[in-house]
Amino acid sequence: MAHAKAQTAAFVRKAMLNEQAPPAAERGFVHWIRSNLFDGVGNSLLTILSLLVVYYLLMAFLPWLLNGIWDAPSIRACRELLEGASGGCFAVLTERWNQLLFGFKYPSSEYWRPTLAFVLLLVAVAPIMFAMYMPRWLLLFSAIYPFLAFWLIWGGTILIPVMTFLGFVAGYVLYRSMVTRSFAAGLFSAVTAAAVVWWSGGILMDVLAPEKPLLEAVSSRDIGGFMLNMMLGTVCVSLSLPLGIALALGRQSNMPIVKWICVVFIEFIRGVPLITLLFVANVVLAYFLPPGTTFDLILRVIIMITMFSAAYIAEVIRGGLAALPSGQYEAADSLGLDYPQAMRLIILPQALKISIPGIVNVAVGLFKDTTLVSVISMFDMVGMIRGPILASTEWNGVYWELFGFAAILFFVVCYGISQYSQWLERQLNTDYR
Amino acid sequence: MSPLSEPPRESFRLNMLLNDTRFRSYTFQLVALILLVAAFGYLGSNLMANLRAAGLNISYNFLGDPAGYDINQRLVEYDSQSSHWRAAVVGILNTLLVAFLACVTATLLGVFAGVLRLSKNWLVRKLMAVYVEAFRNVPVLIWIIIIFTIMTAVLPAPSAFRGDAATASMPFNAFAFTNRGIYMPAPVFGPGAAFLAAILAASVIGIFAFKRYATKLLFDTGRLLPTFWPSVAIFFLPTILMFFVLGRPVSLDFPELTRFNFQGGINIQSPLIALWFALAIYTGAFIAENVRAGIQAVSKGQTEAAASLGLRPNRIMNLVILPQALRVIIPPLISQYLNITKNSSLAIAVGYMDITGTLGGITLNQTGRAIEAVLLLMLFYLSISLSISALMNIYNKSIKLKER
Repeated sequence: MAHAKAQTAAFVRKAMLNEQAPPAAERGFVHWIRSNLFDGVGNSLLTILSLLVVYYLLMAFLPWLLNGIWDAPSIRACRELLEGASGGCFAVLTERWNQLLFGFKYPSSEYWRPTLAFVLLLVAVAPIMFAMYMPRWLLLFSAIYPFLAFWLIWGGTILIPVMTFLGFVAGYVLYRSMVTRSFAAGLFSAVTAAAVVWWSGGILMDVLAPEKPLLEAVSSRDIGGFMLNMMLGTVCVSLSLPLGIALALGRQSNMPIVKWICVVFIEFIRGVPLITLLFVANVVLAYFLPPGTTFDLILRVIIMITMFSAAYIAEVIRGGLAALPSGQYEAADSLGLDYPQAMRLIILPQALKISIPGIVNVAVGLFKDTTLVSVISMFDMVGMIRGPILASTEWNGVYWELFGFAAILFFVVCYGISQYSQWLERQLNTDYR
Repeated sequence: MSPLSEPPRESFRLNMLLNDTRFRSYTFQLVALILLVAAFGYLGSNLMANLRAAGLNISYNFLGDPAGYDINQRLVEYDSQSSHWRAAVVGILNTLLVAFLACVTATLLGVFAGVLRLSKNWLVRKLMAVYVEAFRNVPVLIWIIIIFTIMTAVLPAPSAFRGDAATASMPFNAFAFTNRGIYMPAPVFGPGAAFLAAILAASVIGIFAFKRYATKLLFDTGRLLPTFWPSVAIFFLPTILMFFVLGRPVSLDFPELTRFNFQGGINIQSPLIALWFALAIYTGAFIAENVRAGIQAVSKGQTEAAASLGLRPNRIMNLVILPQALRVIIPPLISQYLNITKNSSLAIAVGYMDITGTLGGITLNQTGRAIEAVLLLMLFYLSISLSISALMNIYNKSIKLKER
């Protein structure tokens, strides 16, 4: 039967056909355009509308950018050079560059110090950010960096940062030797050792202080510009991390008094805007200090911003702690670990890993919020622009260039940090999926 | 039978306070309590000493004194002879006004951008990504100042609208965008307006009643009534009909250019607009991300399951996707509203007289009552935050997945 059928068929292909390329409309660039931009009427309308928006934005923006004047002494000179054409007056950026970055009172002969501190910040942060690709001994530099940066930016006698550092070293050494016995013993001996070193250092300082310090001392009032934003951002985030962990653990604790102290603190700080806390730093905090003490404004602001971000970080970490399966806590208990050991070795490493995106969000938000200090008349980047630069007769009226520059600077830093956090999340992702 | 091992019955020893976990927590709490009391005592004694030295005391009597300054943006009666307390109330209302406006606008913007970020159109997707990233990563203070600068330095002065050689014009002869703010028509309510409002309210209730009826009919008989166009009709027709029957009880008061400035209409001043738009655009970028995350959190299987049940695409969206996505979207949305309310305190940077500008700004500087003013300010924001988070907790409980 089958044989007969084969006989009657007119044509039977014996060889396999070669694979054909898909039709032109279904591959390559054309296909991509059709499926992504012109897929149906509504979609095509959207595409045309978006193209129009992009076109108008570029037409408004490009001539302004390309015709920009980069070298002129004042806005009037700029306008003469432009002769009525549309163009930005970017000369304000080149002329006031140092003021934008360092504030208007930082001694100009010392600009290399904050610059060096900034470059070294990158060097110090790299071993922490890329810990898996960097040799561990580089962390030593990261540990020294805060004291070095303090000395570079504020200048004055080197003994203060050295003594502070030695105190921390003494504390750390004692902690390492005692922590094997118990965490509490390690902590208390570390605190005692550091206090002893600092106290004796204070006495030594009066004896040893040289007549003329190596670096000229700069007072806090003279620090400003983007440097102030960077400083507040890095210092407050690094200080608020340990405080936030402590608050989160306190809130999870089953000791009611400790728990309620933490809850009240966190909810209070999270309930009020940062500006009111800055008002506290500016006008109220002085009432709560011993009579006669003067307290640096920057230090007061750092304290308040640190408390502010610590409360937010505590909530993020609490989320991380709550997300850990309770089996982890029980496993740590059944291994016989006590509370500090369980936290340090089992719980926190995992909880912090889960919390990284949230912590980075808080850090980015905090860095943006450092511009708020301009409201209490500190001359950070925004304060510099709105104050000395726009008020000067030369540059009164150059809004877009200055605010655009500030916006771009913040964008680069914040976007960079959030991209880093996404990369880190992928690196730390140990789920095998 | 007695237990295999008796619990140790030793007498209490002092070192058990440190070494026995049963007692150690009491030791810790006692230490914490003592430290807390000591800290408060120290700060309080410093405060007392400082106040004595400065000849001050803590008193809220200043709230009754005349404020002596003017507030140009106000929702209730106020003049410079009114008390500081009255100024604070004006500020509170201004805070709530800008927060409300910004919340509504930010939600619309955020939902729009968030949905478009998931569009099939590559270009639209990328444009929305640029919007979200650009606005999220730049401080809101900079956006407020930039929009304020547009309002005050770029828009024309009212005099530009004058004469034959006017360089600026009013769209529809109704709106004027000037550097003194935006002028727009104001509704004037004549006799019978209250009746009209009642009709409008009744038709809104009518829409709900109609929807209930349609649902009931669907469940009882399986017949599906159209709801969209009837709702539109119920909303508009009776009100418009009554509007003409009553002889147009509501008219519009158009702004008109007088000698120096525009008169009549509603004037929305530049600081309010700057704050409103900046907060809306900035927070809208965050809301867009929440909306996107919420929609993506609904697994694809839900869509497919609904489709295999025979639901049409818009009903899949309304009945299956949205209820599940909203569960994810609403809690962060409310905390964004909270952020808007707190960020509205940046009003002080552009001179909008909210509570921070009145109580925490001019009142504080005039009376020198820093502690009292900042305390009241914090109390206000704290009570708003705490009541909103209380509401959110109730909501979260109500939508919690009811499992076995």
